[in-house]
Amino acid sequence: MDTSDEAVLVARLQAGDQAAYAQLVEEHAGRIYRLALRMMGNEADAEDVLQETFLSAFKSIDTFQARSSLSTWLYRIASNVALMRLRRNEPVQVSVDEPLERDDGELIPRQFFDFCCLPEEELVRDEVRQEMKRAVEELPPSLRSVFVLRDIEELSTSETADALDLSISAVKSRLMRARLKLRERLSLYFSHGSISTETR
Amino acid sequence: MGATGHSHDHDQHDCRRYLDGLSDYVDGTLGEELCRELEAHMAECENCRVVVNTLTKTITLYHQLPSPVMPDTVKERLYTVLDLKPFYHPAASDAQADTDQPG
Ligand SMILES: [Zn+2]
Repeated sequence: MDTSDEAVLVARLQAGDQAAYAQLVEEHAGRIYRLALRMMGNEADAEDVLQETFLSAFKSIDTFQARSSLSTWLYRIASNVALMRLRRNEPVQVSVDEPLERDDGELIPRQFFDFCCLPEEELVRDEVRQEMKRAVEELPPSLRSVFVLRDIEELSTSETADALDLSISAVKSRLMRARLKLRERLSLYFSHGSISTETR
Repeated sequence: MGATGHSHDHDQHDCRRYLDGLSDYVDGTLGEELCRELEAHMAECENCRVVVNTLTKTITLYHQLPSPVMPDTVKERLYTVLDLKPFYHPAASDAQADTDQPG
């Protein structure tokens, strides 16, 4: 949607136009649901996040400022809702927000199996995709949110920063940590997988 | 394929020095000078080559992950909760249109 269309939609939303509300939902619910599902890891929680996001968006549409797009604004609300729920669900001793100063040791690559050379059909099997989803779900939420927005929903660095209220450098640093963790885990997975295939 | 033994005698500290830049490197946003240094290092370090290749591949695989589609039942309940039920229609017809729209 170009910016003038969006300005018109915002004006209609702020005037309480029901059809405009429906248009907002129609255009964005699919994407918000995907984000919620990646963040929460199950459909029931994803649906709760989806509903809460739009309820909260409708309630605060008056305060929307065109500083960001409606899409980024909705991502921001949804990320907050999801992170808040995850915080609520976590046992107290586990911090959802990882300390900013990080332990370099955990990031040092340990797996050097070059799975790039595996046949493409090996890489896109259902089982691999399940493992990829699990790997994302097991990232700490602070890294998961950045990874999902940047590398799954393919937002830009600045859109991600905007949606998560983070600085550009925080987005980059969290993205780097998420990617290295996932690479490590997939490398380990593929190195085991290929051993069992080879010995068959 | 696994390069478990470092055949070169260079220090693993070298590899660690580039760790922070790898993510920017695969995004093509690493500064020019660091980029050249890293590439010179990779020419001699199989481990770092593998890490960069597999990091790139990891991101590609996630890009290729099929997008889950919101079920109509979920959509219908959303419209109900939002008091927009008269506007609800099943998504089946425009499901493809919704799968891959960038923000
Ligand atoms: Zn190296």
